[in-house]
Parts: sequence; C-alpha cells; structure tokens
Amino acid sequence: MSFLPYALAAWLFFVGLYGIVTSRHLVHLVVCLGVMQSSTYVLLLAIGYRTGKKAPIFTSGVPTKVGAVDPVVQALTLTDVVVSVVASALILALVIEIWKRSGKLDPDELGKQET
Amino acid sequence: MSPRVRLGLFGVSAAVLACLFVWALTGLPQFGAFRGEYGRILNSAAGPERHVTNVVSAVTFDYRGFDTLGEEVLLFTAVMAVALLLREARSGDERRADAVRSDVVRAVGLFAVGPTVVMGLYVAAHGYLTPGGGFQGGVATASGLVLLYAAGRYRAYRAASPKTLIDFAEGTGVGTYVVVGLAGIVVGGSAFLENVVELGVKGTLASGGTIAILNAVSGLAVASACVLIFHEFLEELMTAK
Repeated sequence: MSFLPYALAAWLFFVGLYGIVTSRHLVHLVVCLGVMQSSTYVLLLAIGYRTGKKAPIFTSGVPTKVGAVDPVVQALTLTDVVVSVVASALILALVIEIWKRSGKLDPDELGKQET
Repeated sequence: MSPRVRLGLFGVSAAVLACLFVWALTGLPQFGAFRGEYGRILNSAAGPERHVTNVVSAVTFDYRGFDTLGEEVLLFTAVMAVALLLREARSGDERRADAVRSDVVRAVGLFAVGPTVVMGLYVAAHGYLTPGGGFQGGVATASGLVLLYAAGRYRAYRAASPKTLIDFAEGTGVGTYVVVGLAGIVVGGSAFLENVVELGVKGTLASGGTIAILNAVSGLAVASACVLIFHEFLEELMTAK
C-alpha cells in the first residue's frame, strides 16, 4: 500500500479543485483552496518519509542511532502552511470587499451586469 | 458558462492532470524509501555545526534561512494588504455587544488564556531544541490573545493588543531578521545570514547562535501578524451594520 499517501495527496488536490470549480459561495471557495493546499503538505511529507526512521529532532539522542526522516521537506511544509494561511486571509479580505461593494457572494453572479 | 459545460471542462482537464500526476509519481521514490542526500547530510551536520537538536529549525533558520526571509516578507506584505483593504473601507463606529453570554464559557475560556500564551511562548522559545519553533509558537501565542475576545470581551482583547504596539512588533520582527542577516556580512565578514553569535552548549536554550535570534524574531513577527489579521477582521465584524 505504499502508494496510498500519494493517492491521498492527489485526492485532496482534485476534491479541492472540484470544490473551487463548482463553488457557489466565495467563502466556500477559500475553504476549498485550503483543502487543495493541504495536498501539498501530504505530498511533501510523504516524499521525505523513510520507513522506521524517527523525526529529525535529536534531543534525546535516539534518532542518531536509528536515523531520521528528511528535515528539508518538513521545513518546506512549514513555509507552505504559513503561505497558505496568509493567502487565505488575503483572499477573505478581498471577499469582504466584494461583498461590501456588490452585496454578492456567488462567483457566478459577479460577472453579470447590474440591471 | 453553464454549470454543465463547466463540469465537463473540469472533467476533461482533471483527467489530463490526473494522467500527468500518475506519470510524475512513477518518477518518485517508493514511499518510505527516500534517498535524498541533502536531508541526510543536514541530519548529521546540523548538530555539530550549529549546536541545535531540532534539524527542521536549523533548516528553516540557517541552511535555508534566506527562503525564510522571503517567507517573512511575504507574511508582512500579505498582512499589510489585508490591513490596507479592510482599514480603508471601514466606516461607522457602531459597536456590537459581545456575543458571549454564558458564564461557564467565559470562565473556562479566560482560564485558558494564560496557559495558552505560556505554551505558545514555550514552543517558540524551545524551537531549536524540541518540536516547535517561532512560527508554530507565534501562532499559539496569538491564539491565546484571541481567546480573550472569543471567551471574554472585545475591549479586553483590544486592551491586551494595542494596534501601535502590534504594528511595531510586526515591523521589528521582520526588520531584525534582515539586520541579523546583514550582521553576517558586516560583523562576520562573510555571507548574508552567516552565524555571528556564540554557538553555546547544545541542548540548552543558549545554543544555536543566530538560529536562536531568528527563531525569536520570527515568532514575534508571526504572532503579531496573526493578531493583526484578526484585528482587521474583528474590527470589520464590530463595525458592520
């Protein structure tokens, strides 16, 4: 079952993308974007995993003997999480603006001309 | 575009993308059998070189410290953008009453503020020793402050996080990162973000050299960024008609 983590990443990505494509509400769209972004965390961590190895934290000295998983992808995931959080905050701020100006939250309604 | 056409388009492009994804996966190592030399070398080098026990923090604040500077600037820019978008458009100052009515929620929530902030600071301070770091600890600390609003009063939350102080903390957090980086060139006489501080004893709080400083200022920047973002959204809620 070694492909399962990769399959999970793919599933999260496509489920999120499906949500964005069919979204009828801008806040729902931001949540879907969050789901999509979490697929990258799963993918990064899955790539760096080594069977039977510990976390790359050597406080107790244990992993020095056993070996540790890849620390670089973990640091990249940290960056990824921070970026996704601030991106969500920024988009939500835009959503508030859109709502204030047009009173609409359905992305399909936004393009339509005012009558 | 009708929903059906859109769904059809999505189906076709998703299928193409899925094929590319599977093709890309065949080039990846088997799950659990990653052989990346970079990470393996860092795992054995970070301890002796930088006197830290958390290699992820060493990667974040030293080996890939320049990336983290980019990330800090991104965080700063995004927070500024949120503030610009929401601050400008705000009008009226009708204050809504606080939502919390239950004494139990209030008591338990307010009781949790202290422990949450202490835990956040602990996670941030020990970032280069145990799991955690400035980013994670910063968010936890900020959430302690947010609890003040969620379980207590908006006014108490505002009093605990004055906007001028938070703005200043956010700028200081990002600015100090750059200053520490430049110190590597000026004081250390070598490269940007080169270590210029005593490395200290491995496994104690006084270790890691610049990693410790960068970890702390990142924590400051992230905590104030979270509080700032929350400020702006909350202000929006409080002044909404």
